Amino acid sequence: MSRDITALLRLADDELILGWRNSEWTGIAPFLEEDVAFSSIAQTEIGHARAWYELAAKELGTDADSLAFDREPDEYLCAPLVEMRMADDWARTIARHWLYETADRIRIQVLLNSQDREVAGLAEKIDREEAYHRMHAEMWAERLRDEPAFREAVDELWPYALGLLPEGQRPLLCQAVEMRAGEAIERGEHTEGLRPLWEEMTMVRRSVPGASW
Amino acid sequence: MSEAEFEAYVQGGGQVEAGDPMPEAYRKALVKFIEMHGNSELMGVLPEREWILRAPTLQRKLALTSKVQDEVGHAQLIYRVVEDLGKPREACLDDLIAGKTKFHNVFHYPTKTWGDVGVIAWLVDAAAIISQKALLKCSYAPYARIMKKICWEESFHILHGRDVILTMMNGTDEQRELVQEALNRWWGPLMQFHGNPIPAEDDPMYRWRIKSQANEEARQQFLDGYVPQIWELGLTVPDPKLGKRKDGVWEYTEPDWDELKRVVTGHGPETERRLGFRKASREETAWVRQAVLADAA
Amino acid sequence: MIWEVFRQEREGQPFQHGGSLEAPNLAFAEAYAREFYGRRGESFALWIVPRDAVEEVRDPYVAQVFDRDYRRVDGYSLKAKLKEARELAAKNASR
Repeated sequence: MSRDITALLRLADDELILGWRNSEWTGIAPFLEEDVAFSSIAQTEIGHARAWYELAAKELGTDADSLAFDREPDEYLCAPLVEMRMADDWARTIARHWLYETADRIRIQVLLNSQDREVAGLAEKIDREEAYHRMHAEMWAERLRDEPAFREAVDELWPYALGLLPEGQRPLLCQAVEMRAGEAIERGEHTEGLRPLWEEMTMVRRSVPGASW
Repeated sequence: MSEAEFEAYVQGGGQVEAGDPMPEAYRKALVKFIEMHGNSELMGVLPEREWILRAPTLQRKLALTSKVQDEVGHAQLIYRVVEDLGKPREACLDDLIAGKTKFHNVFHYPTKTWGDVGVIAWLVDAAAIISQKALLKCSYAPYARIMKKICWEESFHILHGRDVILTMMNGTDEQRELVQEALNRWWGPLMQFHGNPIPAEDDPMYRWRIKSQANEEARQQFLDGYVPQIWELGLTVPDPKLGKRKDGVWEYTEPDWDELKRVVTGHGPETERRLGFRKASREETAWVRQAVLADAA
Repeated sequence: MIWEVFRQEREGQPFQHGGSLEAPNLAFAEAYAREFYGRRGESFALWIVPRDAVEEVRDPYVAQVFDRDYRRVDGYSLKAKLKEARELAAKNASR
């Protein structure tokens, strides 16, 4: 049985790029306790990306780092939601965090039942770690519920959140966040933020191609 | 207790807790010293965080994020101690941004390459750990206690630094050059890091057992531990006078104490930009602190 | 709000004070306590307590005026008595 590489790379790329964006808050989060907590979340996301890349790499005869860093920007399969830069806007950051964690849970739950044992096994491990992310996102969403900036951000990001999931899973997302379905912004076209992100992300690696770091 | 009795008490190993009576001069000296440490951990994050985003492998990305996260955590622990001594965290951050308080010289310098990432984690952290280990015996108990956790976490950083450096030194000529070039730039600040030699008797921090190691002793410890490590990798130190005497004392070119003074009083190459960056992000997130921390009930 | 965190290093051990942190409510305090005292798996369990709920008692025993050696191990001097009892038992055994 062949592994669905595209699906794995979508997951991996989403987690890598979101982890990268969330890392932009390290050192400058609203207060120190939150800085440590949010940094953990970014780390876990990158760890999950690595695990998905490793599964895909086995099939493709390569390694996780090559998949993560040696492709061209338009070869990445991440969703527009994760590409957006929000490092100066905590309301938007939390809105994305909350929407993403809710959507991610839905797709991970589906993967728990995958015929592919390794995929199901990894999904189970990830689901356990993600429980902390969801707790954190819920805690913040609850706290910022009445802030107009947060509500506006949720509304703005909603079409992107829908686009994160395959069509069949979107009604579950609507249910989970109590919002109505609408026009989704689909995967496929990258935002203009991705290329500069990729350039910075890969600058050291590209400086001595093929080297061990 | 008079000040003389208090000094005898701490020199005899006596410990001081947050609620204890203490001379005002002791409390002030503590706040200044510990606050500078907190400022340093916080400002130290800025040169390193950029490289998280640029890390060339997933493992390095994770390790560097973890290291920087620890440093933010250390700042949190340290500012809590300062707060319990009477100066709120927000006041510390206000003073830091306004340039009224200091942070260690090394965090006023730019990081230019991945070579810097290795050198900082290997050597700058090593210099810091030497000072931090000496603080485990601080007379002020709440600070001594957090130093235990801090030293434990720092031990992971040194391993990471060593690994980054060794991988590059075993790599290509370009990578080895990155390390050497970074070392050349960081050597001066590293030699200044422990401060100019002050005789222990003249140092109130020493008399009150806030510090239990003299500046020169710390520097000698650093040289003794790390110069052999540097040389065995084939790297050179940009100081022709550097060498160990027969009696075990390291000789070196006198560091530029004027540069140190200039830098820690806010005139380092990156001081203004980094404080400006802190200020801007603090202002952007002020509403969050208002919404979340202000009404605590 | 300041919260104190106590941590249990291993199962069965006493909880020891780990440190304090600032958080608006228990949910946040728990999230942060987990991070600060658990992210390296260094704690088996945590207690999180609002600082205001902790009562500090200094100088726990008010009176130490009268000698209370009956409460301490060093209040009993057994060496001499044991020597005497052994000698007596040896004398009785040899009769």
